[in-house]
Amino acid sequence: MEYRRVNAVLVDWDGDLMTKALIITAPGINCDLELAEGFALAGATPWSVHINELLENPTIIDEADLVGLPGGFSYGDSIAAGRIMANLMRKTLYPKFVDALRRGVPMIAPCNGFQIAVQLGLLPGPIPGSDWSDVVPQPTVALVQNDTARFIDKWVEFKVPSNTRCIWTKNITSTPETSYIPIAHGEGRFVPANETVMQEIEDSGRVACRYGANDNPNGSIGDVMGICDASGLVFGLMPHPERFLRWTQHPTWTRLPKEQLQGDTLGLQMFKNAVNHTKQNTQASCVEQLT
Amino acid sequence: MTVFRIEVTPSANCSDPQGEAALHQALQVGFSPTAIETTSVYLVEGNVDIASAELIASELLCNPVSEKVIIGSSEPHADSMVEIHPQPGVMDPEAQAVELAIERLLGTKVQVQTARRFDLHGIDANEAEKLALRCFANTVVHEIHTSPYYPSAFPKGHPHNMVVPEIPISELSDNELETLSRESHLFLDLEEMRGIQTHYKNLNREPREIELETLAQTWSEHCVHKTLKATIRYTGPDAINRPNHEEHEDGSVTIHNLLKSTVAAATYELMDGEVDWCLSVFVDNAGIVKFDDKHAVCFKVETHNHPSALEPYGGAATGIGGCIRDIMGTGLAARPIAATDTFCVANFDHDTPAGCLPSRRILGEVVRGVRDYGNRMGIPTINGGVWFDNNYAGNPLVYCGCVGVMPIDCIEGDAQQGDRIIVIGGKTGRDGIHGATFSSAELTDTHADEFSHAVQIGNPITEKKALDAILEARDHESGCLFSAITDCGAGGFSSAVGEMGEKIGATVNLEQAPLKYAGLTPSEIWISEAQERMVLSVPTEKVNAIQKICDRHDAELCDLGEFGTPGNELILKYDGEVVGQIDMHFLHEGYHGATRTARWKPVPVKQSGANEINIQTMLPKLLAHPNIASKQSIVQQYDHEVQGRSVIRPFVGPSGSAPSDAAVITPVRGSNKGLAIGSGLATGLADDPYLIATAAIDECVRNIVCVGGDPSTIAILDNYCWPGVKDEESLGRLVRCSHGCYDAAKAFGTPFISGKDSLNNQYTTESGETIYIPPTMLISGFGMVDSIDTCVTMDAKASGNKLVLVGETKQQMGGSHLLMIDPDANCDNELSSTSLTDGPRNAKFVHSAIKSGLVVSAHDCSEGGILVAAAEMAFGGNLGLDLQLKNELLCFSETASRYLLEVTPENIEQLQKHFDGVPIEVVGAFNDGKALHLGDATWNIDELMQCWLTGMVI
Repeated sequence: MEYRRVNAVLVDWDGDLMTKALIITAPGINCDLELAEGFALAGATPWSVHINELLENPTIIDEADLVGLPGGFSYGDSIAAGRIMANLMRKTLYPKFVDALRRGVPMIAPCNGFQIAVQLGLLPGPIPGSDWSDVVPQPTVALVQNDTARFIDKWVEFKVPSNTRCIWTKNITSTPETSYIPIAHGEGRFVPANETVMQEIEDSGRVACRYGANDNPNGSIGDVMGICDASGLVFGLMPHPERFLRWTQHPTWTRLPKEQLQGDTLGLQMFKNAVNHTKQNTQASCVEQLT
Repeated sequence: MTVFRIEVTPSANCSDPQGEAALHQALQVGFSPTAIETTSVYLVEGNVDIASAELIASELLCNPVSEKVIIGSSEPHADSMVEIHPQPGVMDPEAQAVELAIERLLGTKVQVQTARRFDLHGIDANEAEKLALRCFANTVVHEIHTSPYYPSAFPKGHPHNMVVPEIPISELSDNELETLSRESHLFLDLEEMRGIQTHYKNLNREPREIELETLAQTWSEHCVHKTLKATIRYTGPDAINRPNHEEHEDGSVTIHNLLKSTVAAATYELMDGEVDWCLSVFVDNAGIVKFDDKHAVCFKVETHNHPSALEPYGGAATGIGGCIRDIMGTGLAARPIAATDTFCVANFDHDTPAGCLPSRRILGEVVRGVRDYGNRMGIPTINGGVWFDNNYAGNPLVYCGCVGVMPIDCIEGDAQQGDRIIVIGGKTGRDGIHGATFSSAELTDTHADEFSHAVQIGNPITEKKALDAILEARDHESGCLFSAITDCGAGGFSSAVGEMGEKIGATVNLEQAPLKYAGLTPSEIWISEAQERMVLSVPTEKVNAIQKICDRHDAELCDLGEFGTPGNELILKYDGEVVGQIDMHFLHEGYHGATRTARWKPVPVKQSGANEINIQTMLPKLLAHPNIASKQSIVQQYDHEVQGRSVIRPFVGPSGSAPSDAAVITPVRGSNKGLAIGSGLATGLADDPYLIATAAIDECVRNIVCVGGDPSTIAILDNYCWPGVKDEESLGRLVRCSHGCYDAAKAFGTPFISGKDSLNNQYTTESGETIYIPPTMLISGFGMVDSIDTCVTMDAKASGNKLVLVGETKQQMGGSHLLMIDPDANCDNELSSTSLTDGPRNAKFVHSAIKSGLVVSAHDCSEGGILVAAAEMAFGGNLGLDLQLKNELLCFSETASRYLLEVTPENIEQLQKHFDGVPIEVVGAFNDGKALHLGDATWNIDELMQCWLTGMVI
């Protein structure tokens, strides 16, 4: 059944009502449905809330078990991609996100979400061992215009660094043919403020995924496709895992042998990683309370 | 009130891709700057002090990681500079967003203008301005400044004397009536002006300006399609034994309503037969067919040719924006899930007529327009094409299509007595005034000045907010909150409210419309075609609920009045005073077209030339022909995967670069049922418009069948683009084409569900020479894929597999790309005809073969012929191929109804059984090599692919 959005709550999903995935929409956000589907197929219940409701009532975030900042063109990506959306969220919502992270809530931010997260101070976050600052920190990395100055939609090779802390991309299994993921953006070139920042991110395992060495579509420094914070919970990436939940979404599925099209797709594995993490996390905290 | 100027530039550690792109563009068109630096400029007007300005600059406008910012204007730091600002009153979407962000940041309202500054090294001011005109700015919508622009205040609109003048016409002579029609841009013919004159004489009063405008909009070609609904006395072949064709002794026929008697007749006859899945045809903003028990899908294709000729970026963007609104305004609102686009332009090397833009720039900006609007709306652009013919130089064609999905119980709506007239979306401005009448006129070299106000820039985010709000209102827990909806397209409020209230009347309070700026007259408000506006008919008790939803989405809502008047009238008020009053019946039925005469004679077949065909050298030329060459440089700029519905993409194969015949998406999340979307456009056959229709329908069906679509479930749309039809011959070609539409639709069992005609596509130069576009018929279609697992692609899959040709190849080379490249080639010049028995039969067989798993890849054999199609399959799958053809010279024939299938050796026999009675032939086998062989000719497939990839790049 094509889903309907009734009073900001998604209906016609059969996810697990115990696990709520908060999806934040806004004017120009347009990948919220696929993101909702990703969470739903992974066993959570998507729960779509408009930025204006969230700004009126930031405590909504306290009820979320997972958070998704979808892709799109929030506020037309005016000034720069994600700039206005991040600006609106800075004052009231940043502290709420930090609380959620302290609770161990996984967050995914594909494409426009990534561009928002880095300007909202959620990525790359504090260096391992130190806590989140109470106010929004100055950004240390940016996603700027592609070196081609053009929007580009294609599938690119997906690689996970062995030392990553990211709970979303850990233990992902795929074959060389299926380890691809779609990108669609005009401002995805990853640039750090300076080399020290880059070194810290690399050394602390906060690079969550990379483009194939010969498949860097936008000129990103270090072929960085996505990064995470020190806890590995916040995952920002330029590609769209939510567009690779079924094998028939793979660009060459009509020529791949059936045995390669078994099991969960790359995208679905990420969502399952996070949903399972949440469920273990809640069980763990229940046990704590009991003992 | 003060104005602050803020400049943002990329910082040293970050390159300036836009500057590099601008440099590349400049060098491409023969300018020689050595470097170009770009700067974003923001002008902010309001009660803002320097401290706040600094906050805006540092907090909002500048990213410290990658940019630097200054308040004021930096000294020109190159040999020259230009600054491009939008003209006052022209939509500036970025400025609107920045205004909102600043308001939230400071809590004060401000006005913002944005601009782009170019500092150019290596060329002087004079050259720089020339370059700006050639590449960066269009004076229809932009101002060019050669020094930093820092105004002390923004230009403002002025309150307007709101009197609506009467236009005395009762005493006018025929000549004077025609002059009035022309000079006030009504574009009504003498018959119509006379009709209006008589009507108002009977009312004993003169018409008001606003009433004349309303009639002109409603009766415009664009809105009522006079020509296609006209009564036509036609002399030409194949005209007898047709519905509503009254036959005369001299062999001519009188056709009562051309559209009804051809395109629509085919649909209704098919619906009387086996076609039981058409839910709504021709009546709504889009045609609707059943998808499954719970869902319907709808499809609409529009053209936006004349605006795109003057301002390609805005014209194309508002073209796709308008077509998306058609889908939002179908039934009780559908969700747009896919977009299509097809463009027709002149060859890049063609000399640009005075008063026109260069072809390469037109195409580049049209693509940017579709990209920026479609991508921001989050609608994947998944199918289309680009066609080149120098007769499109003055009047390019821009077709925009959109597909939507809706719950099956939302396919109908009707405005009810007492419902409020609710407008959701954009503000009303002077922009886009006279679009409907303008699009019905012919282009001349002075149009850019006369009609610049008919050209607009769109704001996709405004439309996206309206879409989000409307779908939420449709899906409200208490049920749909509105009883009808339509979009504001050509004619603005006048058409939208006029159509919705046709049966019950409406009272409109024009002063209620939110305006972009002061100073609009009631007439301007009424006919403005400002973008991104939807009109809803809402029961009074539900207005609050919709208001709440709109507030949440930052979507603007206004209550413009009430549907239903005692006398079924259209009553226009401003501040309570009646400024216009028209009887709905006269408005919609008052127009009576005269009988027109039309004739068509076959064009004699050209003599064959003497040049021997060289297969070896011709294939690379064909692959590089702009009609055939890859369109990847365009398609990659579109987000064709947003919404995650992709099954078959525009490009396939291991390299992701092989040309798919059609796209397949899943309209319903989680369902295994797919929708295949394709199109057909036959170039070269214009000498016989019957053939451009039959060939296009055959191609559209082939494309859909090749990816797994079921030919018995295909619905199609007609889009006529024609030059002026005042003369009998041109009108005759239109009739001839419509006969082709009827015959092919009947033969293939593909009902037309919607369509559109754009006439008067021609351009008259200063010297008085008129360039007529070739008669052009785009057929778009979609068909069902029962199970997406059965879809196939065109890229060759494995070495050892056989290549099978389905269908007969004829000698006819007329209209082929071979003859476009070498008009003097030695071959049969007869136009390629489509067999209406073979076409449907072959489609049926190929589909059942694909469905039963006998086919590993399938490719439509069209532009360029078998050899081109086979080469595409080979390099598409990175495999070699040995071809054997009985008559090698026919490898460039473009006979319709043919398919190339890749089949495993063990399945060949079964396939032959399967195709009992259908001409099929094994014509080759794939191998692991890198070579394509045909007789003595040999090519390297990588080299062939390069020809194809580099033939047309923007």
